[in-house]
Amino acid sequence: MTQSVVIQVGQCGNQIGCCFWDLALREHAAVNQKAIYDEAISSFFRNVDTRVVGDGGSISKGKIRSLKARAVLIDMEEGVVNEILQGPLRDVFDSKQLITDISGSGNNWAVGHKVFGSLYQEQILEKLRKSAEHCDCLQCFFVIHSMGGGTGSGLGTFLLKVLEDEFPEVYRFVTSVYPSGEDDVITSPYNSMLAMKELNEHADCVLPIDNQSLFDIISKIDLMVNSGKLGTAIKPKSLVTSSAGAFKKRQEKPFDAMNNIVANLLLNLTSSARFEGSLNMDLNEISMNLVPFPQLHYLVSSLTPLYTLADVNIPSRRLDQMFSDAFSKDHQLIQADPKHSLYLACALMVRGNVQISDLRRNIERLKPSLRFVSWNQEGWKTSLCSVPPVGHSHSLLALANNTCVKPTFIELRERFTRLYKKRAHLHHYLQIEGMEESCFTEAMSSLSALIQEYNQLDATKSMPAEDLPRLRVAV
Amino acid sequence: MEPKVINQTLSKAAHSGRWKYGQHSCFCQKQGSGNNWAYGYSVHGPRHEESIMNLIQKEVEKCDSLNGFLIIMSMAGGTGSGLGAFVTQNLQDRYSNSLKMNQIIWPYGTGEVIVQNYNSILTLSHLYRSSDALLIHENDAVHKICAKLMNIKQISFRDINQVLAHQLGSVFQPTYSGEGSFHYRRNPLGDLMENLVPHPEFKMLGVRNIPQMSENSLAYSTFTWAGLLKHLRQMLISNAKMEEGIDWQVRPPLSGLPMLGKMSLNKEFHFNTSIANLVILRGKDVHSAELGAFKDPALYTSWLEPVHAFSVWKTQRAFSKYEKSAALVSNSQFLVKPLDMIVGKAWNMFASKAYIHQYTKFGIEEEDFLDSFTLLEQVIASYCNLGF
Repeated sequence: MTQSVVIQVGQCGNQIGCCFWDLALREHAAVNQKAIYDEAISSFFRNVDTRVVGDGGSISKGKIRSLKARAVLIDMEEGVVNEILQGPLRDVFDSKQLITDISGSGNNWAVGHKVFGSLYQEQILEKLRKSAEHCDCLQCFFVIHSMGGGTGSGLGTFLLKVLEDEFPEVYRFVTSVYPSGEDDVITSPYNSMLAMKELNEHADCVLPIDNQSLFDIISKIDLMVNSGKLGTAIKPKSLVTSSAGAFKKRQEKPFDAMNNIVANLLLNLTSSARFEGSLNMDLNEISMNLVPFPQLHYLVSSLTPLYTLADVNIPSRRLDQMFSDAFSKDHQLIQADPKHSLYLACALMVRGNVQISDLRRNIERLKPSLRFVSWNQEGWKTSLCSVPPVGHSHSLLALANNTCVKPTFIELRERFTRLYKKRAHLHHYLQIEGMEESCFTEAMSSLSALIQEYNQLDATKSMPAEDLPRLRVAV
Repeated sequence: MEPKVINQTLSKAAHSGRWKYGQHSCFCQKQGSGNNWAYGYSVHGPRHEESIMNLIQKEVEKCDSLNGFLIIMSMAGGTGSGLGAFVTQNLQDRYSNSLKMNQIIWPYGTGEVIVQNYNSILTLSHLYRSSDALLIHENDAVHKICAKLMNIKQISFRDINQVLAHQLGSVFQPTYSGEGSFHYRRNPLGDLMENLVPHPEFKMLGVRNIPQMSENSLAYSTFTWAGLLKHLRQMLISNAKMEEGIDWQVRPPLSGLPMLGKMSLNKEFHFNTSIANLVILRGKDVHSAELGAFKDPALYTSWLEPVHAFSVWKTQRAFSKYEKSAALVSNSQFLVKPLDMIVGKAWNMFASKAYIHQYTKFGIEEEDFLDSFTLLEQVIASYCNLGF
């Protein structure tokens, strides 16, 4: 069994991270009734005897004493991290695994990346090494951040290079929140563009998310909850957005519900690696199967179900509906249209009491409406995990490597160009040591090259799939 | 290379109360191979070579008379396929006098692992060089058996594995060593290979069973050897995967007439030519079974006489819950079509260079892929030409 370390950077990253840890604890509490520290929990938590001062406290087996998250929290402002440390999760975080500053990055990628990067490089390395030492077999770093700001975007991506150099064999999975159209940070196109270059070069796998999609999902859930259809009630704890396990009205902060969705994504992604099932899928398999070319590592994710209705009887029709939903735009975490673009590969990660025949039946059913690239007509990777998420009897996470991310990148490039043409706000960046105009132009060409690769693949969409002539052998 | 499944396996066995695995007879790591053949073969292989071979040596030392090794693995993943190929190669080096048979799980056509075709061709080409025989089970075929014959609604891997285990058992459970003998066969592995693999170019064996049905249907059925063998023979020559939906139109070519052109991989009514066949009969009145139809020279390729090409094993003892049952292990054109499909898909993917960087990262170069393709195209061509 392997361990993963979560690195949450910036305000967005830390808030999502906080939701993630809350959800992870609840999930393990529901599964692990006897409070024994087992392999599944150890993938994200350490078991520590808090009576021991210093480092010697780790316990590897037996009853759970005190769980510490395998996390590193980084923010250049104190507000968010302090709030976490005063909240209900304060005991879960190791106070030594934090890196904070006071002034923030001012929504400036250059400040985050160059200034704070060099300032905190040693500290960051030290905390990472510490986390790695606590792991028996470290497999993956999960970096959570946003692209539009300064810390998450700049320092978060600086981290990627550090991780690549220091831990080359450990996977780097990045959950990135992309700015939506009406973003209130003016310089977000610059920040995102500069961050994209780093993601292109140093991430193994990127799960892009945008706030608009998350918001749409919330609205849809709200509609269901409030419409109060006759005879149906939503099971408590089953809302993908609920954070305290109770069926509360929206008194929580506005982003809480949205962050919970992302937290669910991360939990489902790792479920097959943590829990047993008839067809396991480890994290290294995600990268192997879904990344056909090193640059094309952006995966569109969609989660179902978003809630469970209270009637417990689940005929297989309901199960099939789950599969259909996974391919509907309503359940995606990023605005994109995979059905009308080209699939390079697709992974279906199922949790709960689902068998291989259900999976195969649904793949056969959905395949005709989806277009796969000619050399990967059967590009499906599947996994079955027997442990369902809290509040549901089964769930499905679909990860698609699809050319539908191209419009997101094109739009990003356009927003960037509009600002850059006018040289608007550029001086804030150029005055930082180490920043030159070439940084911007290089980032642009990196993104353009990526878009070009997607274009080339899209061009094959309309070509008929023909078999290439095979090798001839003398008999 | 990952602990979850082995832990499950060990505890399930111990649970049965009747048998278990040796305490120290397992070896696992933490990270798995990530569905990457190159990782299984080039990283895990050399890294754990000594530990694994030591474990094997310990088991070998406990044997009085070692027939050989049965290596059970799949082709689609990273460990079974890559590390499996590595271990087989090692066995060939260290135990060159022992036989090796690899029991291979042929993946579903769609929806298991995206790079399964790459992993499969690398596995097959390497095994072809280092193994003595490949006993192949296709997931698609077994799945159909579960659906149509066993009437299982929601098929799980447990059901599939149950059918596979049954097939293996029907082959390897003891049988008498000869006609009228009351001694059990001492070396089934060796006998099987002696009968079925006369030429190193032809190593691919398939298994067919009859009857196969659910417990409920069994209560209402009776069988005769004549009926069972008639179906089994037709399954052989029409390349049916199970006893339902057999194409009775297919007939062996009339002897004396020339074959109507090379076997086309697309033709519907094509006749399955065999190199060698082994029929295993278990149950009541087994000596009354009439096997002449299997000795028809028209079933076989021209360079082997039926007396050498066909063999039969028998035992009075019924197998599983079937009063009478028959198994067929066949070295024939059974697997040409599936092999051709896998090679075709892998070739298409290879042409676009998709996923290749994942393999070159661990030392498997494009050259290795090309070598594999060449070898397998050769095998396909050889099997196709059996009709002549």
